[in-house]
Amino acid sequence: MKSDELTWRARVAKQLPMQGRQTGKRRSPTSRVTALAMLLGGAVALSGCVSVKAPDKPIVIELNINIKQEVVYRLAADANKSIEDHPELFGN
Amino acid sequence: MTGLIERKHNWRSLVLAGVLLGLAVPVTQASAQAASPVLAAARASGEVGEKTDGYLGYPSAPSAEVRRAGDELNIKRRAYYAERAVAQRSTVEEYAVTMGCQLIAKVKPGEKYQAPDGSWRTRGTEAPLRSNLCPA
Repeated sequence: MKSDELTWRARVAKQLPMQGRQTGKRRSPTSRVTALAMLLGGAVALSGCVSVKAPDKPIVIELNINIKQEVVYRLAADANKSIEDHPELFGN
Repeated sequence: MTGLIERKHNWRSLVLAGVLLGLAVPVTQASAQAASPVLAAARASGEVGEKTDGYLGYPSAPSAEVRRAGDELNIKRRAYYAERAVAQRSTVEEYAVTMGCQLIAKVKPGEKYQAPDGSWRTRGTEAPLRSNLCPA
């Protein structure tokens, strides 16, 4: 007489991948709801953003912002002398 | 004997010095007047103008000749500004910008200059537009 004997019981297939119906990893229903809520929340937040428009006037950038007026005033007399003394550089 | 040779030598060097002086005088006279006739014409026609940073600029695309002359003068100006900046214990940029102020003030009617916003203007009879950094 021959009898089949189970060596070990298989575990009950509680999860979908175990049942061979699903290949990829899926989120649980609760995390899916959370993801959807976040997506909706993001869309709402985006539509509520403050929009920034480019100004009509050109933006003026003062290049000499790092130069102090007192320095220019101090150098002014020497600069005037330079113009007088070197017409080959500053004359026309 | 040695005295004769020496005298001969002195006479020769005198002639040489005279020749050199004769050559040198017209050269220095020419450089003391103007930058170059090319730049003088370009300035009058508005092909070059004074920038706020103390250098020459080109309001419109210049000819190759004008660009060469302008760039050359700007290199000389920069060397000069560096020299004065050391003497005045300032930075080259500070000295150059001060020069820009004073040079724009001296631009003649009809010539071009750069306004504080970077745009090119033709000097009219009124005072040129200058940065509020510039001394009166």
